[in-house]
Amino acid sequence: MSAPRLLRHSTVLAQRNLIGVLRNPEALIDVTLQPIIFLTMFTYIFGGAISHGSQHDYLQYLLPGILGQTIAFGCVAIGVNLNADIEKGVFDRFRSLPIARAAPLVGAVLGDIVRYTLLCTVTVGFGYVLGFRASTGVFDVVAACLLAIAFALCLSWASVLVGMIARTPGAVQGIVFLIMFPLTFGTSTFVPIGTMPDWLQTFTKFNPLTHLIGALRGLMLGGPVQTHLLWTLGWMAGLLAVFVPLALRAYRRRA
Amino acid sequence: MEFMIEAEGLTKRFGETHALAGVDLAARPGSVLGVLGPNGAGKTTAVRILATLTAADAGHARVAGHDVARDPARVRETIGLTGQYASVDELLTGTQNLTMIGRLLDLSARQARIRAAELLEWFDLTEAAKRPAKTYSGGMRRRLDLAASLVGRPAVIFLDEPTTGLDPSKREDMWGVVRNLVADGATVLLTTQYLDEADALADEITVIDHGRVIAHDTPDGLKRVVGGQTLTVRPADPARVSDVAQLVSAIPGVGPESVSRGTVSLPVSGDEVLGEAVARLAGAGITVTELSLHLPSLDEVFFNLTGRGVAAELPVAA
Repeated sequence: MSAPRLLRHSTVLAQRNLIGVLRNPEALIDVTLQPIIFLTMFTYIFGGAISHGSQHDYLQYLLPGILGQTIAFGCVAIGVNLNADIEKGVFDRFRSLPIARAAPLVGAVLGDIVRYTLLCTVTVGFGYVLGFRASTGVFDVVAACLLAIAFALCLSWASVLVGMIARTPGAVQGIVFLIMFPLTFGTSTFVPIGTMPDWLQTFTKFNPLTHLIGALRGLMLGGPVQTHLLWTLGWMAGLLAVFVPLALRAYRRRA
Repeated sequence: MEFMIEAEGLTKRFGETHALAGVDLAARPGSVLGVLGPNGAGKTTAVRILATLTAADAGHARVAGHDVARDPARVRETIGLTGQYASVDELLTGTQNLTMIGRLLDLSARQARIRAAELLEWFDLTEAAKRPAKTYSGGMRRRLDLAASLVGRPAVIFLDEPTTGLDPSKREDMWGVVRNLVADGATVLLTTQYLDEADALADEITVIDHGRVIAHDTPDGLKRVVGGQTLTVRPADPARVSDVAQLVSAIPGVGPESVSRGTVSLPVSGDEVLGEAVARLAGAGITVTELSLHLPSLDEVFFNLTGRGVAAELPVAA
């Protein structure tokens, strides 16, 4: 299967997913309202208690964390949607067409670029309304957003795999959230990891979200980026290497 | 190529259930093969194997000469599939559904739009073209689904219960579409639980029950297997019914008559009885308003085939 063919068919199917999203705006709640609510809630709940009473200081710390967390939560939808598509029989049509085998999955993942871009825009934009100010330049903030989006595209494949295996869309949602909760809370999203017990620190040290959020903080607030960035890129490669073949295999087997 | 669709000994199990227990199918180019059977007979499983969606546990199948297991990509280039449940994308409009398929089949954006417009016109969906498919009625969805399977002008078309749930007039429309496809040279495999549908459309019928072929023949051949023909005569003057009964039942090869509402029905052994009946009625000066020879309905055929449930007792053509 040639790569240009796969890309061409995937693009057509990504457009299909986008039209679906536009016709069904409630499908965007997780990438619009969710970051707004998370930012507001955690800034004002935790802010006063944590950063020596300065909600502004806490917002500065929190925003890159929320960006990493909500974009990881944003990966839940793709597994749920693909599972529903398969149930409805839409995929039978695709599978009976002479198209690149992986195109329906790749197309769905690529279509989510738009959702993730929206999420970055809303998170950073609303953060600015609340008083967040990047200490670096525009290009660094854009680079942070691109990194978050690229990471989400890799993490999506775990959600895709669950979407191929689980029996119902509801089950997909339950399982993927169950994975995302420890990943996005068991890290530096809300507080520095220094006060956590040793066993938890060990977990956070390997948790991909720790490195993504670390890199985002570095890019948005200044400070060292390289180590976290390399870890993040390594994780992205690892996620793709493991979950893409598994998801494609599960897709082929699902009759 | 003698057969466009050819399957031998297809077997498929789902857990303990034998969905298919050795099914043979064959459809000549440009013909309609009707696969008839009740719910759960294995019809959909057979179609899914032929359309490369499911792998058979055993047996072989070729579509347009390509093995479905070894060369599925070539098979997919040849086929169109319309599922039992309309598989259009509800969020896309009629046009978007069809242009998407066109683009996936590597038509240019312009070609895909033209082909979509053609098909929407043909299926009487032009007015609804810009509406999301979720606003369509059941019949419109079914037509859009069929249109979607025809974008690539497939030589082989699988229609899995295309009229299930449609009202009678919409079924007739769908039959017209199938006849047009065949007139254009396509080979159609049609599954149905409607006996009249198979009778109306199919050149040959394979009857499946519990994953096995219990009969295969032409519609007429199938009907001959099960029962003889019936001669029906209605005299213009109702008072002459008993004269008619006497005259016609005296012809060799005609069984005992039954009379109801001014009509005489008699089981007959063959077509030659018809001419003899006409001659005798004319000789006696009886004018008739109806004189016809019927084959038994497919309902009766199917009841006979599955009601006994013993395939070995029946003369099954290979």
